[in-house]
Amino acid sequence: MLDTARMVRKAKLEDRVFAVVGVVCICIVLGVLAALLGRLAVQGLSRIDWAFLTSFPSRHADKSGILSPLVGSLLVMLVTSLTAIPLGVAAGIYLEEYAKKNRLTGLIEINITNLAGVPSIVYGLMALGLFVYTFRFERSVLSGGLTLAFLILPIVIVATRESLRAIPQNMREAAYALGATRWQVVRHHLLPYSAGGISTGVIIGISRAIGETAPLVTIGALTYIRFLPPYPGQIVESAEGVIRHAGPLDWVWSPFTVLPIQMFNWVSRPGDRFLENAAATGVVLLAVTLTLNAGAIWFRARMRRRIKW
Amino acid sequence: MASMMGLAASLVLGVGVSPASGQGRLIRIDGSSTVYPVTEAVAEEFQDANQGMRVTVGVSGTGGGFKKFCRGEIDIANASRPIMAEEMKAAKANGVEYIELPICFDALTVVVNKTNTWAETITVAELKKMWEPGAQGKVTRWNQINPRWPDAPLTLYGAGSDSGTFDYFTEAVCGKAKASRGDYTASEDDNVLVRGVDGDKNAIGYFGYAYFAEHKDKLKAVKIDDGKGGGAVEPNPESVIKGKYNPLSRPLFIYVNKKAAESRPEVKKFVEYYLENAASLAEEVKYVALPQAAYKMARERWNKLDTGTVFGGKPEVGLTIEQLLTRETVDAVKDAAKPEEKK
Repeated sequence: MLDTARMVRKAKLEDRVFAVVGVVCICIVLGVLAALLGRLAVQGLSRIDWAFLTSFPSRHADKSGILSPLVGSLLVMLVTSLTAIPLGVAAGIYLEEYAKKNRLTGLIEINITNLAGVPSIVYGLMALGLFVYTFRFERSVLSGGLTLAFLILPIVIVATRESLRAIPQNMREAAYALGATRWQVVRHHLLPYSAGGISTGVIIGISRAIGETAPLVTIGALTYIRFLPPYPGQIVESAEGVIRHAGPLDWVWSPFTVLPIQMFNWVSRPGDRFLENAAATGVVLLAVTLTLNAGAIWFRARMRRRIKW
Repeated sequence: MASMMGLAASLVLGVGVSPASGQGRLIRIDGSSTVYPVTEAVAEEFQDANQGMRVTVGVSGTGGGFKKFCRGEIDIANASRPIMAEEMKAAKANGVEYIELPICFDALTVVVNKTNTWAETITVAELKKMWEPGAQGKVTRWNQINPRWPDAPLTLYGAGSDSGTFDYFTEAVCGKAKASRGDYTASEDDNVLVRGVDGDKNAIGYFGYAYFAEHKDKLKAVKIDDGKGGGAVEPNPESVIKGKYNPLSRPLFIYVNKKAAESRPEVKKFVEYYLENAASLAEEVKYVALPQAAYKMARERWNKLDTGTVFGGKPEVGLTIEQLLTRETVDAVKDAAKPEEKK
């Protein structure tokens, strides 16, 4: 005879135990996060003011700022997004909507998934050979941006495909039934519907890229920079001594540094005063990441509101 | 979308466009992390004093810096040791000629915990007993080094094996670069070592003088006796300048690409600014300046664009600064490499 009452009691107990375990796990995760953030904030928050954001790094800890690494990080991210988003989304759409399902696409699919797990330093080595030496882009914002773009490309592709797959098949069928071409289906239906999911993937990618140090160090991002890339129209003197206005894209050729590298540099300096700067840089880095995330969440919410199935 | 097209266009044209063209007068420096603070200070002051000049400083380590330097990718290499035979060959193969300029001293400092009452002085022989490869797992207590010291565990903190500091210390103490025991707390980040020694009563460690100077309140420097009859010497600017702090004081260098120095006024200007201000800026970042006479001699070498190294491509310990500047420079590896080639 089965003792149903006992089984029910046991199942209920298991349920409660799992709930407790779950709560404990989430507390540990949040606790670690809170401890990290708290420590960073306690050490660094008081150091952040307008002067810190708008001064160049200096050997004087208290006069130091993060202008060049902050601008460097933002410009590198600009190049990364402008490259990775169109490439990744287009590749994702092709694989999901256009490509025939055969062994070749299967192979490509597996490889893309694998690429997402390749250590970032490997991308750095690839980029050093390809961008810096073969294409002669030198150790510039362009090289750095492209390196990180390749790093996050698999993430963007996978996110794109998954959000396309989540769209019910009957949406496509309905559109085709009305005579829409494949491109019209993608353009008017699939892209708008999947924009939310795609932007989530993009933001995960960008958030990862902005904290990356290893591949940028490999391609030769620098530690100490006390100038900004030339803005379009800025009066610059070329190496040959010719004075002229900087072109609209001259900044992509500029040497650069980024926030994590500056942070690392300050952590290893003698004296505790630079540690404060490093912590403050960490806080700024987190703030930038959170701002990007918030922007993406807003965008996603907006896109979802427009979708009516 | 328009900017995307622009980027795509520049990508396609990328090979044709000269990346440096929009970058103004750019001076590229890379190399040792030990020399970095001095060069950083010079670069900061130089750029503040000269509008439009752009200086970039990287930290790839002495070896990494020389690699780029010998390929002609950078104008100046920061080096915490002289150029080695291999690197000289690479430079020659790429047609890179260089001027070797000593710019200041660093003194490797042996430190113990503030509460350590026994180790006031230490001989180089004792240091060797402590750090040589054979000591691994065997020499683990203070009284094994010196019977007058207590029977307490010996905990060691030292530079990681990728640093020039490690190379120099092992060369000076164990007689062979990179010959060291491995069972110690190693870190490329000297702050880790500072914290380690600070928190451990039985600790002993070594790192650059600047880190000690910055943490004088937490650590105690041990006087070094090189066993040549001079007695134990404390690491401080005076003893280093006088050449008494042996064998752990070492000169730091910059190597300047000759072609860049000749053809680009900004590089020339920067190096001149460097030699002029090295003394005061080195002191400011807690390094030891060379004697004034040495800077004068360095400037003479610079004015003559006298290329090559005085070391002949092999590591040397305990050279005085005068020897460094009066010796003949050589461009190619002569005596140093020959025995190896014969083998």
